[in-house]
Amino acid sequence: MTVRVQTEDFDLSSEVAALRRSNPQIGAVVSFVGVVRDMNAGQQVNTMELEHYPVMTEKALEQIVRQAGQRWPLMDTLVIHRVGLLQPLDQIVLVAVASAHRGEAFAACEFIMDYLKTQAPFWKKEQTPDGARWVDAREADDHALTKWGIAKQNVAADFDLSEGVKP
Amino acid sequence: MKIQLRFFASVREKLGVSEETAELPSDVKTVGDVRTWLCARGGLWAEVLAEDRALRTAYQHVMCDAAEVVTEGSEVAFFPPVTGG
Repeated sequence: MTVRVQTEDFDLSSEVAALRRSNPQIGAVVSFVGVVRDMNAGQQVNTMELEHYPVMTEKALEQIVRQAGQRWPLMDTLVIHRVGLLQPLDQIVLVAVASAHRGEAFAACEFIMDYLKTQAPFWKKEQTPDGARWVDAREADDHALTKWGIAKQNVAADFDLSEGVKP
Repeated sequence: MKIQLRFFASVREKLGVSEETAELPSDVKTVGDVRTWLCARGGLWAEVLAEDRALRTAYQHVMCDAAEVVTEGSEVAFFPPVTGG
């Protein structure tokens, strides 16, 4: 398992190559790359600043990957999340999952992203022509978790946690 | 008891504070108590940390709920719902 929080960009090909290097048992690699859009909630986005909670971020991401590892037989997992100032078209996040067969790799990759969206301490602030604004958490992201049987709430969060990130 | 407080994103910005070492009165025992105690400072504190606001909290770098018991030297963080990915 590798978890990295960094300001620098990443290269998908070399990261995936490193992930599956010298392990001939790996039969499938699924990767997801999240990128900055130039529009959000009907407004133009000029730049995006990503804040995080150092130490907790890495801990939360590792916990999320461990949860995936308990659900599916995975060979290896990589999560890279960028922080700092980003521009439209920039890559934000990479999740890559290696397993023997595609089914578990597809599922685990989606699970990790759904979980990350609501449990990892990152916050986006957009610069728009009307000024800066913090991005609101989306109900849809909370909803995405329900397909994994997790009734966790981020949007209406207040002290409402169930299984998962607690040790 | 002394603890470290951390504030992030819009909470940090509105309070104008990113961290603080706080000396808690003896009746402040949980993360929920800490929030109530901070609200009692009034002004911006009462507004930003109001009970009816959707905030998330972490204790020792792990998401927690209001019942989490705090101990000497620990770190408690308050922040808005997360928006990464």
